[in-house]
Amino acid sequence: MTTPLADALARIVGKRWVRSQPAELATYAADGLPTHEAVPGLVVLPATKHEVAAVLRLLHLLEVPFVARGAGTGLSGGALAEAPAVLVTLTRMNRILRLCADSRRAVVEPGVINAKLSEAAAPLGLHYVPDPSSQTACTIGGNVAENAGGPHCLKYGVTTNHVTQVEVLLADGSSVVLGSPQGEPWGPDLVGLFVGSEGMFGIAVEITVRLEPIPRTIRTVFADFMALRAASEAVSAIIASGIVPAALEMMDQSCVIAVEQSIYATGARTDAAAVLLVELDGSDAAVAAETQVVEALLRTHGAREVRSATAPADRARLWQGRKKAFGALGRIAPDLAVQDAVVPRSVLPMILDRIAGIRDRLGLQISNVFHAGDGNLHPCISFDRRAPGEADRVEEASREIMEACLAAGGSVTGEHGVGSDKRDYMPLAFTAPTLALMCDVRRAFDPEARANPGKVVPVHLCREWRRGGEA
Amino acid sequence: MSAIFDRLQALLGAEGVERDPHGLPCAVPESDDALVLVLQAAADAGWRLRVEGQGSWLPADAPADLAVSTRALRRILEVSPDDLVATVEAGVPLDLLRAELERQRLWLAIDPPGRPDRTLGSIVATGTAGPLRQGFGPVRDQVLGVSAVTGDGRLIEAGGRVVKNVAGYDLTKLHVGGFGAFGVLTAMHLRLRALPALDVTVVARGSRDTLFLAALELVRAQAGVAALEVLSPATAAGPEWTLAARLTGTAEGVEAEAAQLAAMTRVRWERLDAEQAAAFWTLVARGPLDAPVALRLGALVDSVEEVTALVTETLGEGLLTAGAGSGAIRWAGAPAPAALTRLRHAAAQREVPVTLERAPWALRQAVGHFGAYREGVGNLVTRLRATFDPRHTFQVALEARDG
Repeated sequence: MTTPLADALARIVGKRWVRSQPAELATYAADGLPTHEAVPGLVVLPATKHEVAAVLRLLHLLEVPFVARGAGTGLSGGALAEAPAVLVTLTRMNRILRLCADSRRAVVEPGVINAKLSEAAAPLGLHYVPDPSSQTACTIGGNVAENAGGPHCLKYGVTTNHVTQVEVLLADGSSVVLGSPQGEPWGPDLVGLFVGSEGMFGIAVEITVRLEPIPRTIRTVFADFMALRAASEAVSAIIASGIVPAALEMMDQSCVIAVEQSIYATGARTDAAAVLLVELDGSDAAVAAETQVVEALLRTHGAREVRSATAPADRARLWQGRKKAFGALGRIAPDLAVQDAVVPRSVLPMILDRIAGIRDRLGLQISNVFHAGDGNLHPCISFDRRAPGEADRVEEASREIMEACLAAGGSVTGEHGVGSDKRDYMPLAFTAPTLALMCDVRRAFDPEARANPGKVVPVHLCREWRRGGEA
Repeated sequence: MSAIFDRLQALLGAEGVERDPHGLPCAVPESDDALVLVLQAAADAGWRLRVEGQGSWLPADAPADLAVSTRALRRILEVSPDDLVATVEAGVPLDLLRAELERQRLWLAIDPPGRPDRTLGSIVATGTAGPLRQGFGPVRDQVLGVSAVTGDGRLIEAGGRVVKNVAGYDLTKLHVGGFGAFGVLTAMHLRLRALPALDVTVVARGSRDTLFLAALELVRAQAGVAALEVLSPATAAGPEWTLAARLTGTAEGVEAEAAQLAAMTRVRWERLDAEQAAAFWTLVARGPLDAPVALRLGALVDSVEEVTALVTETLGEGLLTAGAGSGAIRWAGAPAPAALTRLRHAAAQREVPVTLERAPWALRQAVGHFGAYREGVGNLVTRLRATFDPRHTFQVALEARDG
């Protein structure tokens, strides 16, 4: 089955790089979030920015919407395309174009896998800092679209703090270069505006990122607690001490049990209510001094066991449970909804109690593994979408968690993006004029709203304002 | 003008309106809502408006039908030590906030040039970072969210008060360093840190070449510095160039780093005591106030010295500070407009933008805060400005008048 559009796209990228069969299209129906699905009209896999530009010009001419997609590891239903929208998959654009040790910059295509960039930079003593849990699969382009985070963003910032320049192809196929190699905005900060725009402003085809030196000394400290609250309070105490750890992560008991019952078992004791991982980096002396302070704080806040390591293999062992948590959780039920929300650090104990209450009332299994240092929660709901009513209860739990986080002064997403999943929460988080303005900002980049339609802001909120504005 | 004055009085009451020394009506709203009323009236009537803080950095000299001052928006709304977040109104002077934070053992890692009582609104709107940018990033990294009123009087809340947040487009970024073209800032959420237990400054004097070499060695050796600046003689009030490093953190950590600095370089470091250090950085910050023009450039770390040379060759040595690790180069002086344009062209060839931060209106209008954009960007900026300011109410010269 081919269509005139498929033929025209094939003339740009080659026949084998256009997918049009229903079975092929179905494999693109979901990203990393199992609760949303949509089947694209076509899938096209361009290999160069020139091919992307030609594809976009064609779609512009035919007024066909499109969605850019990387590895499909997103957790907000952000890269779902619904026919007739064309899915522009960028995984073939996986070249690291430049890697410069002296200037500490890399220029990459959007399909470069996050971890591959750090691997390539390692011989230069450098690495790319943002490290989402999916880093061995997710792409830099997708990271830019979602403004992805990761454990090490506590000290070093999220994607937006590491992207200095982006070449963007707008929806009509025209190219603009935003920012500058150093990072000083060249005009208003359009890189800052573009990062996290969830593919709705255009497609990033060349991305310049900072590479940071690999720290001279890294020490990972592991501590377990018999009470969740004690662990949360230890987090607050560490932050208040003035030490900014490279990472400060927490896992609750349900998460630790899932890991210990999986092939990733680390030998951690499963009777603890929570486990903390604190990573310190810098010079030998500074790390040594900070380790003393952190270990003392952990103990005074009731840590049962405190262990630490500096050798890479030993550190990897301490990290293993955290790094494999999502994988382990994925094994305990057919489906796993990894949620994402943020609260001010000071209300962590309260919000964890609330989530436990929601879990008990709705009879769901919710495990918490999260970036405690910046208050970024990841409640993970294990469920079976085929079981009657379960998917609805997952939605209900998600909504209640989001409402609780907003009420506490937080946000509905810290690093996964709004996508399809959080779109309906946006009116809870922002006023109507702010949401309407977001729609208008998007139209400054994409006047016909053809890039990733229907995500982030509920469409009716855009229309309402436009009517008022144009009256 | 009298009609405008009367209209403003009707909206804000007699207290809320003044006249500037030239007789220009100046609205001094005390709340978001009052500011919304002023902007709505301005957009309806087609008034051109300029925004002022203390008027100590960007001169309050843009030709306009009325001025709006944020100086009555000067409340520190909330300081949360546990969350390390402060929410302040745009007219709050930096020194006032600093003092309040210090009382609570907290710290805002922003040290912009200018007067110590510069408003937070001015610092954020102009995106003016100081030496601490090396250790803590540019101003944008310290701003978690803003409230702003658009040119047609819509109150917008962007971002939030948590350190990690990707809900919706990041409109905050447009307001940081947007020079007020996208709205009048009314309040902001700022990221705080714990007050460093120890804050040490060491300086070395010598030739520019020697100091840049030493600075680069420190950058390569990953010295854990909060600031690392190469300063022109006029900036540090000495006969020679100065290299200044600031170290902040726990006492043990700072002492360890300080010991390493000496080991890593061959220059002779002098450690300043607390009083000397404060005087030193105050001198550096105040320097540009004596000059009519201040600008900044962003160079890659391996070309800071080369771009510094380009600046001094084109504009003269002036008051120059170069962040050896951050690549942020600042210059203040009294340049000829033609020289400024020449610098922009030469810098653009090296992919280095030159942002005019502070200058009299005539110069701002002639060369623009940003000059010329890269291809295609101008259209985007024009459309974005139309979105935030549909009636062209704000008198802000982002682009060069003559392209």
